[in-house]
Amino acid sequence: MAAAARVADDEGGQHPALAFLIRAWPWLFLIGLCVFFESWSRASYGVTFLGNTFNLQSIALFAAFPLLLGLGQTFVIIAGGIDLSVGFVMGLAAVVMARVMQYTTPVDPALALALGILAAIAIAMVPGWINGTLISRLRVPPFIGTLGMFGVARGAGFLIAGGTTVPVNNPWLFAMGNERLFGVPIPVAITLLVVVAMHWTLAQSKFGQYTYAIGGNRIAAVRSGINVRRHTLLLYMISAGCAGIAGMIYTARFSAGAAQAGEPILLDSIAAVVIGGASLFGGSGTILGTLIGALIIAVIQFGLVFINVEPFWQFVAVGIVIIVSVLIDQSKGRLTGERKDAE
Amino acid sequence: MPSEPILRCEKLSKRFGGVHALENVDLVLHRGEVLALAGDNGAGKSTLIKIISGVHPPDDGALFYKGEKLRLRNPRHAREIGIETIYQDLALADNLDVGANVFLGREPTKSFLGLQRLDRARMRAVAHEVLDTLDIDIARHKFVQPVRNLSGGQRQAVAIGRAIYWKAELLIMDEPTAALGVPEQRKVKELILRLKAQNVAVLFISHNLVDIFDVADRILVLRRGIKAGERRPSETDHNEVVRLMIGG
Ligand SMILES: Nc1ncnc2c1ncn2[C@@H]1O[C@H](COP(=O)(O)OP(=O)(O)O)[C@@H](O)[C@H]1O
Ligand SMILES: [Mg+2]
Repeated sequence: MAAAARVADDEGGQHPALAFLIRAWPWLFLIGLCVFFESWSRASYGVTFLGNTFNLQSIALFAAFPLLLGLGQTFVIIAGGIDLSVGFVMGLAAVVMARVMQYTTPVDPALALALGILAAIAIAMVPGWINGTLISRLRVPPFIGTLGMFGVARGAGFLIAGGTTVPVNNPWLFAMGNERLFGVPIPVAITLLVVVAMHWTLAQSKFGQYTYAIGGNRIAAVRSGINVRRHTLLLYMISAGCAGIAGMIYTARFSAGAAQAGEPILLDSIAAVVIGGASLFGGSGTILGTLIGALIIAVIQFGLVFINVEPFWQFVAVGIVIIVSVLIDQSKGRLTGERKDAE
Repeated sequence: MPSEPILRCEKLSKRFGGVHALENVDLVLHRGEVLALAGDNGAGKSTLIKIISGVHPPDDGALFYKGEKLRLRNPRHAREIGIETIYQDLALADNLDVGANVFLGREPTKSFLGLQRLDRARMRAVAHEVLDTLDIDIARHKFVQPVRNLSGGQRQAVAIGRAIYWKAELLIMDEPTAALGVPEQRKVKELILRLKAQNVAVLFISHNLVDIFDVADRILVLRRGIKAGERRPSETDHNEVVRLMIGG
């Protein structure tokens, strides 16, 4: 009798299978999508969808940009913030890199690439630092602060680009964007390196632990002696740094910088984070989840193109997946019997 | 000859604008002693514990800790010298597990390929150990879940366990039994007595006279920032304490 009561208490009155489904649904959904496109492809064209290296590389390239922006965004969202500026910070970094390389390529193409990479990362740090300072020191709400920076970075990007794209003719740059290492496109390899570094930091380091703590209970974090202001500043700089890397890869892939490079990617990146299980209230989320989220979006986008559906359906499909994943997050508390402070 | 008190406050005063939140309040607390702080809303109880825990500097008066004059720089400074405070909202990160909360802000790490990696096994083991010494019963599998899945009393125990692990010699608690069910209130009172037996000095705020009379060695009553009186439970009763609280 007492034992039965205890079990009910421990499980929060919830069925273990349901708990598993809630946790694992992004994986199951990704598998489901792959099965769907595989069957469709075989039935309609008599060819395999996933067994094709070109398709896999395309999906990986589709996933790379939302994933890169989503990595920094994962940290920011776990800490209870949001960074709306990353799309245009990516564009700004792409444009500045291209401009720097335009001037320096005639001198020395290899050096020009090194300088371009430095410039892309360095310029991204500026809006990152400003975002972080506004939010951590001046107490500007993240939504508003980064929305302001969205506009500033967009304007700055177009001004520096002179309103068009900025082409660069540099063989080293082209190689970085289009060559393969052991069959893996270099942009994908760079993205994977960043994924590993960010995963380790979030899951294994004190920095990651403090990110969760701040999102779970900011006051508790402050009282525990965590330097919450400095940490918050660093989070927005990390997010901007990821956008800088994305801008750099964009310029490499297309041998040109463009201020609007990241415009359509902001929403996809937030979608990847949310689909991956992060709560917009802060306190939860993982890099692995964001990786799965980005893959889901990429498979939907590439798969729909592959089976010849009108491209605009992508937006509808991704939009629906975002809403569903937020609904699942909302119902988590109710289904698992957890207390939710946000309510 | 009684031993030297761990904490002595002399004529503490604190004003906020025109409000005298605290005026000339004296307080003495020994190791292994439980002092209850009683008073109506706005009497200055929170202000007093905030001064002792380093949140506010006093406008006037002095603190003596282990016989030496103490000027607290901030709450962190207070914690470093053994003054731990458990606030009413407990200051737990609800999304982290018991071990992570015990070590919050002071996590142990292991070197891993030259990188400092959180030592989660150690955090968990210590959390078990600490809660065992406090005789707290939390199911094993709950140690790996976020503390939001624990009951109010268990969460209070985690906060206390955290203070004890970090060698609190003076533990300050703001309303430790508020918002708890009756069985859990009893548990927390047992905990306070266990801390006392371990020679920890405990200063707690409470509105509940039953709790105060159950565990306190002395009761300090504040009224509008002034010390209205100090009594031993054996020398007084609920009526007198209430009279001291509201005056008249
Ligand atoms: N930070 C503050 N700023 C202004 N007034 C304050 C502040 N803290 C407390 N007070 C005032 O000081 C008095 C004592 O408050 P407090 O110590 O919180 O009382 P209690 O905890 O006994 O209810 C009250 O009149 C309160 O309004
Ligand atoms: Mg109070």
